[in-house]
Amino acid sequence: MADTDDEHTSPQSPDNRAELERQAADKAQKDQTLAQSSEGQPVSPRPGATRVVRDRKGARRVIEVPSTGHSWDGIEEYDNPLPRWWLWTFYATIIWSVAYVIAYPAIPLLNGSTQGVLGQNYRSDVAAEIQRFKDANAPIQAKLVETPLEEIAADPELANYTANAGAAIFRTWCAQCHGSGAGGATGYPSLLDNDWLWGGSLEDIHTTVTHGIRDPQNDDTRYSEMPRFGTDEMLDNTQIRQVVNHVLALGGLPHDAALATEGEAVFADNCVSCHGEDGTGDRSQGAPDLTDAVWLYGSDPATITRIVHDGPFGVMPAWTGRLSEADIRAVAAYVHSLGGGE
Amino acid sequence: MSNPDIDPPRLYAAREPIFPRRVHGWFRNLKWIIMAVTLAIYYITPWIRWDRGPSLPDQAVLIDLANRRFYFFWIEIWPHEFYFVAGLLVMAGLGLFLFTSALGRVWCGYACPQTVWTDLFILTERWVEGDRNARVRLWNAPWDARKLRLRLTKWAIWLLIAVATGGAWIFYFTDAPTLLRNLFTGDAHPVAYITMGILTATTFLFGGFAREQICIYACPWPRIQAAMMDEDTLTVAYREWRGEPRGKLHRGEATRSEGGPKGDCIDCMACVNVCPMGIDIRDGQQLECITCALCIDACDEVMGKIGKPRGLIDYMALRDEAAERAGETPKPLLKHILRPRTVLYFTLWAGIGVALLVALFLRSPFDLNVTPVRNPLYVTMADGAIRNTYALRLRNKQGDEREFTVSVLGADGTLPQGVTVTLEGLPDTRVSVSANSTHTQRVYITAEKGSALAGSEQSELTLWVEDATDGNKSRIGTVFHGRSE
Repeated sequence: MADTDDEHTSPQSPDNRAELERQAADKAQKDQTLAQSSEGQPVSPRPGATRVVRDRKGARRVIEVPSTGHSWDGIEEYDNPLPRWWLWTFYATIIWSVAYVIAYPAIPLLNGSTQGVLGQNYRSDVAAEIQRFKDANAPIQAKLVETPLEEIAADPELANYTANAGAAIFRTWCAQCHGSGAGGATGYPSLLDNDWLWGGSLEDIHTTVTHGIRDPQNDDTRYSEMPRFGTDEMLDNTQIRQVVNHVLALGGLPHDAALATEGEAVFADNCVSCHGEDGTGDRSQGAPDLTDAVWLYGSDPATITRIVHDGPFGVMPAWTGRLSEADIRAVAAYVHSLGGGE
Repeated sequence: MSNPDIDPPRLYAAREPIFPRRVHGWFRNLKWIIMAVTLAIYYITPWIRWDRGPSLPDQAVLIDLANRRFYFFWIEIWPHEFYFVAGLLVMAGLGLFLFTSALGRVWCGYACPQTVWTDLFILTERWVEGDRNARVRLWNAPWDARKLRLRLTKWAIWLLIAVATGGAWIFYFTDAPTLLRNLFTGDAHPVAYITMGILTATTFLFGGFAREQICIYACPWPRIQAAMMDEDTLTVAYREWRGEPRGKLHRGEATRSEGGPKGDCIDCMACVNVCPMGIDIRDGQQLECITCALCIDACDEVMGKIGKPRGLIDYMALRDEAAERAGETPKPLLKHILRPRTVLYFTLWAGIGVALLVALFLRSPFDLNVTPVRNPLYVTMADGAIRNTYALRLRNKQGDEREFTVSVLGADGTLPQGVTVTLEGLPDTRVSVSANSTHTQRVYITAEKGSALAGSEQSELTLWVEDATDGNKSRIGTVFHGRSE
């Protein structure tokens, strides 16, 4: 501070004036206090340096508080004790933590953790909660299995259950292929329209869901196979072009009329056994109607050519064994109620 | 070594017990009447019956949380009509503003439950332990058999009132007679017991022990009100110019009005002794004062006895006090109440009220929402037609089952070409919705191949729903998505 060359302490600097004035005033006050003290006057301790306490009899007493020796900008830190309420809360949290560690799973071990004497466990809580819902649904699921499929819609309780449970099951297991809105995708049929490959009655849908389509692991699965006319060289490219144009003609799509007429014979020789003479298909073999507006793979000539050449082989897994009978019935009823049910 | 100069101020003020003395007078009678009316409304309302037909509860005022309905006599509020409740709350707020700017803390002084129940508890206290002086003596007396007996009797009566208060509250939420029976047989829902227990405890503690502390420390309203009052607001005040200097008046001694040195206040402390808030109104307006006007009654009684004009303590605006001091005529009462500010509050309040009433009477007995199913936007049918699916929510707010017919019109008000409406699971376009319930119906609108609707990307449509019984119609706009080539 004595170094007057330093601009930070120089009395010439106006920036330092306030600080220097304060220091001077402090010194003057200190001197005055000391002077009064020497004249035998009681010195009133500065506020903050004392503390009011109660003695054993409950009387108030003022005591001096020692300083910690820390001082910043003239503000001194006193060594006041912690507030009682704070201290007791702090002790209480320590006791609480010990009790908690004893009562609840807390300390990680190599295999899991300590279990705690209360035996409380979130995993078992969740398991119990799931079981509670399973138990709550058990009666209505039993009723659903016993009720003939056609009578489900007439029973408000069952209809409500299948609408909600069926939707949940559909979104969990079916939406991956058929879409969350059941609108299907290329190669995966839409379940909303009135065009069904294997039938759209409740019974048909239930059978399809239970046994699947072309599922090698299910003996009762719905099965049919469209020949690979091109790959297996059953038809040459000209014949394929002819039959494709005939199919386009059946579906009312733009086509080459000459080729289509020629394709009629190819169609009669190779396709009618499944798709029928008029091309309206056969549900018992899952053969699609070629005359309607719904096309599973697409209705452009290239796609139809590819299908005739390579043969489609769409697979849907069987759900029996993976879903309970009640769940299968619920999802069948749900799919049936989406607008296409027959 | 004690040094009072440097003791830090205590942050906790121990409650000074208050023993309000009994008082008679106009305002006390008004308060008795208001207490009787408000308590009667609170306790009796859940027991009023109101016939709504077989499928609905017959309780006139019922907040049916389980079924999400609020019944108020002939009005039935559904959850989507919650704006009525919001509107009523806004009206309650504006009403408080209105009354506070005109009449100060009248809500606090007369109608606030804390005031009403505290008044009731003080009344009970007086019945059991006697008036102020007896209560002060009892407070200071050591605990003996008599003190214990009186205290236990008082607490028992308080507890009964508190149980009845907490009990009455839960009757608003379920059928009162059934709940009362179940409360005694132990069959009531735990929530009922818990709610009742909490409200019993708060009533007992707030009315019996906390009393004015709730108003002073817990309630935010006194702070807000301070901002709502101005010098025209009527409030309870002491005519200082008339009363001071106060002092004992000896028989025959002249007051200032008669040429003597003393004012009219004889410092009898009647106003302080009757005050439930434990303040001295002669110190001027204070945060604690709830303007219950009991000090007016007390002072008027004394003024009558000593043959002085009434109104040493009176309802008065700050502006009047200044005017009277200067010897001017104060403003008439009506001018204090009819000010631009109060008129504005009243206009807003009444405007919302009228709007709510209009909304209430224009409510349709049923209403509908429609959500187009957008996953997928449309479905191509086997014959090439385009079908859209809609989730139609029908709310039948009537007490009987109704059948509704669903139809569709295009943007120009006519049925679009080649469009048919079908309902999932139903043979025709009629759907029945049971009494007081909401039904979601899947609705299909099919536009045949080649029609204008099927070929355009998006078209406006209006769904009409007609009540088959009384022909009431309601409509809602929606859109149709077609396949644009």
